[in-house]
Amino acid sequence: MSWTKKILRVNLTTGSCTPEALNMDWARQYIGQRGLATKYLTEEIDPKVDPLSPDNKMIFATGPLTGTGASTSARYSVITKGALTGAISCSNSGGYFGNELKNAGWDMVIVEGKSPKPVYLYICNDVAELRDAAEIWGTSTWNTEEWIKKTHQDPVMRVASVGIAAENGVLYSAIVNDLHRAAGRSGVGTVMASKNLKAIGVRGTLGVGVNDPEAFMKAASAAKKVLADNAVTGVGLPTHGTQILMNVINEIGALPTRNAEDVQFENAGDISAEAMRETRRDGTTNLVANQACFGCTIACGRVSRIDQTHYTVVNRPEYWGASGGLEYEAAWALGAATGIKDLEALTYANFICNEQAIDPITFGATLGAAMELYDQGVITDEDTGGVALNMGSAEALTTMVELTGKGEGFGAVLGLGSKRLCEKYGHPELSMSVKGLEFPAYDPRGIQGIGLNYATSNRGACHVRGYTVASEVLGIPEKTDPLVTEGKAGLVKAFQDATAAVDSAGICLFTTFAWSLEDIAPQVDAACEGEWTVDSMLEAGERIWNMERKFNLAAGFTGKDDTLPRRILKDAAKTGPAKGLVSSLDKMLPEYYELRGWSADGVPSGETLSRLGL
Amino acid sequence: MQKALVLDAGKCTGCKQCELACSFEHEGIFNVSRSRIRVFIFEHEARFVPYTCTQCDQAWCMQVCPVGAITSDAATGVKSVNAATCVGCKVCTIACPFGTINYNAITGKVEKCDLCGGDPACARECPTGAITFIDSNLAGYEKMQDWAHKTDTAPQAAS
Repeated sequence: MSWTKKILRVNLTTGSCTPEALNMDWARQYIGQRGLATKYLTEEIDPKVDPLSPDNKMIFATGPLTGTGASTSARYSVITKGALTGAISCSNSGGYFGNELKNAGWDMVIVEGKSPKPVYLYICNDVAELRDAAEIWGTSTWNTEEWIKKTHQDPVMRVASVGIAAENGVLYSAIVNDLHRAAGRSGVGTVMASKNLKAIGVRGTLGVGVNDPEAFMKAASAAKKVLADNAVTGVGLPTHGTQILMNVINEIGALPTRNAEDVQFENAGDISAEAMRETRRDGTTNLVANQACFGCTIACGRVSRIDQTHYTVVNRPEYWGASGGLEYEAAWALGAATGIKDLEALTYANFICNEQAIDPITFGATLGAAMELYDQGVITDEDTGGVALNMGSAEALTTMVELTGKGEGFGAVLGLGSKRLCEKYGHPELSMSVKGLEFPAYDPRGIQGIGLNYATSNRGACHVRGYTVASEVLGIPEKTDPLVTEGKAGLVKAFQDATAAVDSAGICLFTTFAWSLEDIAPQVDAACEGEWTVDSMLEAGERIWNMERKFNLAAGFTGKDDTLPRRILKDAAKTGPAKGLVSSLDKMLPEYYELRGWSADGVPSGETLSRLGL
Repeated sequence: MQKALVLDAGKCTGCKQCELACSFEHEGIFNVSRSRIRVFIFEHEARFVPYTCTQCDQAWCMQVCPVGAITSDAATGVKSVNAATCVGCKVCTIACPFGTINYNAITGKVEKCDLCGGDPACARECPTGAITFIDSNLAGYEKMQDWAHKTDTAPQAAS
């Protein structure tokens, strides 16, 4: 406890589902979820494997706190070699699916091989079977979830599935569970579809036990109080969701706008949390409610309704119901990155991203790059099938998100992601990506530390690998100046290592607006056997980071890939507090390597590896 | 004083901390499939609705039980199932108009909310105040107060 100590190994080639005992030596070193599953993956696959070949594997993994009474105990992750990036990939999701998988008695499900025909995996406690998915192949995640629940006559089953985007080869397809929660980034859904695995439907009734119930409840209750009493987790996130950041980040001049041509968006207010609460012409508001994931006492999730008179949904009642609304990263990508201010169009595009399981960050960023190339005349109407792809066009967004899911017309090109798209049109420098993954809603010219994190993040440019924005903008745990580079190497390393531990524990990173490892370690310690302290979790975090790095180096990445797009390094911010600044990555990277115990070209030294037991 | 659980769907976020707490209190592990309180999530309306036994005074389950396994505590009003007496006939599950007493195939007995002996874990762990445990005579007090405020038209008339 609180591991189930059981793994389900599913071989799609042979059609077998086999239980295995969890390697407890590894659990003690890698905690669970991100860390433990990455250990399994890196032990079992060739780092050079083609991500879409049957030899790649994917792991659905819960953490030790998943399914317990700890706040935010919803989390599970999907670990694989990313389809978009070719780097180690770990995408984390909430909702209710992770708890159900743990309750069925499995710490993780390892999926290997490729099924000869479309199948879905049905799990009910000890029973695990592959079933024919012919009737749901080619349909959306929304239809798939409904069909599986009906087929099994079980309304409380939980389903994680891919939509048509993954089937059509969109390289940044997500896995969506509970209609609008997603393991979103780097193409984990594309890997799943390449294996002819449409979905996992799971029902678990076995329960999740903890090692020391009394100590656990005491630690969990104290930690919940910390969340409730904190201004961000107790008020800001439940009221406004992550979208509370739109105006904040715009004001400090770090909102990448129009493919990062600018760092401020004049229409940020129109697509902000505040706008979602304004009364529309139909007399209602975009935001309907906030929804919690399983066990979460923060409840930041947005649930929205599209204005029924909006052009996207006229006479389309299937899109009139409430569904997953805009989170900050999606609102930024679909809006600011493309210069689009139509909140309802963004909400519609977000619905389609959920319905067909598309990563809205990469989609929006890719569309922004394509729009810049269209405005320059590099991409023409002939390429787009006659769709005017001007920067700022809401019609272009809502048309292209549908075409991308279907893999039709110019949507098939957008489905490649910005790196391949920009290379195709001879302008690789216009892809706002690192290691093939588009960076999200924070511009490294206005927030220097986040640039170092993007450059060194093991899954490619990503905010949730080391969210220094917490310190540089929000002052958590203490305020640092976003415009300077001094001290940022240490800050990035500290955030990255702590985050790797949090991601491996089964809880949500958003708790860390209020919690430090001082709040988390006692919960893990009471839930699990063995002794878990702040130090042992931090050490596990650093071990996990270096393990991921080792995999990427073996996969063919080098220190040269720890960089940022030329625009971010050369073209100064035009407005705002960061006006005149570029990212000074070169001032931070050598110090970061040194702090990590890596060579000048970014390779972990033998001493570092042996210190961490690697 | 009898106390009652007051459920306010308007404050519920669907987090299921109540279900976690209920199962932990009664089973010693976290298992929402064994919870005696349930939160129903109506996805397309974005409504999250907690629901459990209201401890009816003239309880249908109690009246119909052929072996007298369900008893009422005169002081607290709680209707409890005596597991040693229950024969698992499930007639109470048919009689209950609300579906809040349920059969457990593992134990072969029925289960229902017993208010945790006077300190319901669900109310204790609810983070939003959607579940509270208060004087049963005042169960509707806040709702009345809200509506009373709406009927007071004097401020609008004056403005």
